[in-house]
Amino acid sequence: MTRELKRVSIVVFLMFVALFASTTTIQFFQADNLASDARNARTIYASYDTERGAILVGGQPIAESVPTNDEFKYQRVYPQGQLYSAVTGYYTLGQGSSQIEQSLNDYLSGTSDSQFLEYLNRLVTGQNPQGASVELSIDPVIQQAAYDALGSYQGAVVAIEPSTGRILAMVSKPDFDPNTLAVHDTQTVLDTYDSLLAAPGDPLINKTINDLNPPGSTFKIVTTSAALQNANLPIDHTEPNLARLPLPGSDSTVSNAGGGTCGGGDQVTIATAFILSCNIPMAELGVEMGEQPLADMAKAFGFGSELTVPMDVSTSVYPRGLDDAQLALSAFGQGSDVATPLQIAMLSAAVANGGKLMTPNLVDAIQAPDLSVLESFEAKELSTPLTSTTASQLSDLMVQAVDNGAATNARIDGVSVAGKTGTAENGEGDPYTLWFTGFAPADNPRVAVAVVVEDGGGLGQSGSGNELAAPIAKRVLEAGLSK
Amino acid sequence: MTNATGPLTAPNGLPGAGTAAPAPTPGRGIRRIRVPQKLRNLELFLLLFVCAVNAFAVVLVQFGALGYADMTVFTLGVGLAVLVLGMHIALRFVATNADPFILPIAALLNGIGIAVIYRIDIAEKLTGWESTAVRQVVWSGVAIALAIGVILVIRNHRVLQRYTYIAMFVAAVLLLLPMLPVIGQEINGARVWIHVGAFSFQPGEVAKIALAVFFAGYLVSRRDSLSMVGTKFLGMRFPRARDLGPILVLWALSMSVIIFQRDLGTALLYFGLFVVMIYVATGRASWVVLGVGLFLAGGVIAGQVLTYVNDRFTNWLDAFNPAIYDEVGGSYQLVQGLFGLANGGLIGTGLGQGRPDITPLAQSDYIIASVGEELGLAGLFAIFALYLLFISRGFRISFAGQDDFGRLLGVGLSFTVALQCFIVIGGVTRVIPLTGLTTPFMAAGGSSLVANWIIVGLLLRLSDTVRNQPRLVI
Repeated sequence: MTRELKRVSIVVFLMFVALFASTTTIQFFQADNLASDARNARTIYASYDTERGAILVGGQPIAESVPTNDEFKYQRVYPQGQLYSAVTGYYTLGQGSSQIEQSLNDYLSGTSDSQFLEYLNRLVTGQNPQGASVELSIDPVIQQAAYDALGSYQGAVVAIEPSTGRILAMVSKPDFDPNTLAVHDTQTVLDTYDSLLAAPGDPLINKTINDLNPPGSTFKIVTTSAALQNANLPIDHTEPNLARLPLPGSDSTVSNAGGGTCGGGDQVTIATAFILSCNIPMAELGVEMGEQPLADMAKAFGFGSELTVPMDVSTSVYPRGLDDAQLALSAFGQGSDVATPLQIAMLSAAVANGGKLMTPNLVDAIQAPDLSVLESFEAKELSTPLTSTTASQLSDLMVQAVDNGAATNARIDGVSVAGKTGTAENGEGDPYTLWFTGFAPADNPRVAVAVVVEDGGGLGQSGSGNELAAPIAKRVLEAGLSK
Repeated sequence: MTNATGPLTAPNGLPGAGTAAPAPTPGRGIRRIRVPQKLRNLELFLLLFVCAVNAFAVVLVQFGALGYADMTVFTLGVGLAVLVLGMHIALRFVATNADPFILPIAALLNGIGIAVIYRIDIAEKLTGWESTAVRQVVWSGVAIALAIGVILVIRNHRVLQRYTYIAMFVAAVLLLLPMLPVIGQEINGARVWIHVGAFSFQPGEVAKIALAVFFAGYLVSRRDSLSMVGTKFLGMRFPRARDLGPILVLWALSMSVIIFQRDLGTALLYFGLFVVMIYVATGRASWVVLGVGLFLAGGVIAGQVLTYVNDRFTNWLDAFNPAIYDEVGGSYQLVQGLFGLANGGLIGTGLGQGRPDITPLAQSDYIIASVGEELGLAGLFAIFALYLLFISRGFRISFAGQDDFGRLLGVGLSFTVALQCFIVIGGVTRVIPLTGLTTPFMAAGGSSLVANWIIVGLLLRLSDTVRNQPRLVI
């Protein structure tokens, strides 16, 4: 019997070995996978037990966690929810998160690598885990001005400090109140989320970085830069001044916005074409230069780059492999060109900064609960699309466009403003996309801005960038100058 | 060492090892020499330590889940402590040489179980008589009282051999009770409960002890006919057709438990117990081959015919499939249990600081997932080690015992504990399909506590007998 008993003992031992192995597999090897399963409520609950870090603007919280008495220890609160919804995004029970709440989640929740020791320390000492706070580069005055100026239009405003790339304002409309998504009831969250998803104008999308529109005439900054710098054409280089340009190899034609020629005379200079925002000379320039100089310049300005600010920015596109007709269209911002408002603001910012394009960024510093700085912002150069000479030429052209060209609604008394409008077509019968981008003061730029009014600002195909977008930009620039 | 039917010799060095010769009883006239009860003193020391650990666990649960400690620690911790110390005192008088580890291990598992059940009570805001933990303490009282009764009444385990067929009758009645119309009750699809007044009881839990007694008695008397004759096939001697009776009866019994009571775990437990005991008794691997084959065949057929068996297999194999996860009777509980275990990780969230209550039946079928979440892999390993130690003490009795009935009973009783652990923990951790049994000593439920504490009583009695056998002086 003893021999059998031994064998049974071995079987029992093996049964327990199987249990040791299975629990080790689950609790050690698969633990991370299981924790990241979307159905795992424990992971979400755990994040609500942490005092999530605050998101700060000018030292004031625009998102913070306050203690509660319900089953979760903290409630997320957004004191000016709608004003900053494009920046903070939302943080929900069950429906994920977005924007800063998502892209800096590791820091806010205290689980980033740089907070590991701190986390361990709090675990051992029995304190509740606490996340790091994030100080943004947003200027509350400019943000408020941009929010008010955009009013009830569907669109976006983004402002950048040209010398550093710090983002000073980020507004997207229609907006939403993140507080309505921060409630501690999954069904309410789901209902609100679904209704926001279905709402007209996509309020949950941050249009400053995630909405791609044809850039229209704002792209003439790229085309003109390419002509002056990459193709080495003088600013008084001329093109035939036509009222209609047949597209090569096609029966379509291109016309200028006003329908006639570009100013007087048989020939038109690059400068005039830019200031008056004429399509035909730009199209002719594009075909004359060829694709390469244009594509190189677009790339240097940031088209085709994958940016994080730290949210992921949709990639703006200048297409390649174009025939002459497409090349002509792309040269004045139509065809397959698409850009985010941030990209358009970067055009102005590079011109304003003497040709150096700084990497745009929304975060000044990340601060641990013990006030030590985990990360701080350093200005970084993204590229140098323009020489200082070309930059100052472009700057002059943009000032003239505002002073007595196609962008007159952006004028500010006593300050020289540089600007460029855009009125982009989206297709047969569709409302236009209305643009303005510029900076001020032109001699010592402090703010660069891009405004987009989508859906024609409600005017279908009768609105223009100068009419609707330029006044919004003016108020944003004024707010920036009043500082 | 020895062959199956040869003289029974225990491994060297084990106390109480001897031969199968009849043990002379101490003469009446000889004055008993008073010796210090070394084993009992060790047991007392361990018990005091265990009681401190149990009370500490309850306090930790309170601080973790409530943020403060109140008087509950006295009802939960002290109640159990008084009971197990009472049992210890009983042992000092009637079983001085019983194994010193069995009682502390059972007390520790029981106490940790109560702390974790109490933790779920807090999450579900149950207090007073609603509280499962309070009821668990009461049931522990009943169970430990019965265990003390076992030790007091059964002064020599060999009397049980006389009741071999009565044990069979008792097991059959207990098994049939839930099928009766008035008192029988179906919970979560399984008809294994009886309901009397406010109390629910699972008679099948106690039936396993009666079955172990019956198997031990029956196999000791019939082992020769079951092992000696038969035809050799593939290097193994298979039993004659007419000796297949018992295993076929047990197989039929298990299958009817699966079909009529819809309880896979219990069926597997009974059949596994029988197969192991017949193997130990006869030393013939062919019984194991036959038994496993029969059970697998039955299981496969049941999987084809019975929806609930098929569901268990699907849930096991494809637990994370969203369709199966969302289905009624799908893998929701299994997956949530895995999430709980993962949440615990290596060292656990700490008592009272996880969210084990998300998993359905976190205090009974899934208590091991609750323990794993709050005490982590480290805690589970400790629990497994305790079970292994408990089982090994039982096996030790079998190794050292001198009568075949006692040896078989010892291995049967310890093996049920081992198999039950494997079936339920293996089910929770996806080693085998989930079948729903209770984790011995820990899970909420009176029937399981009563059954396992009776096993404690029997093992203590057996171990005392083993040590009291004087060595044969040659």
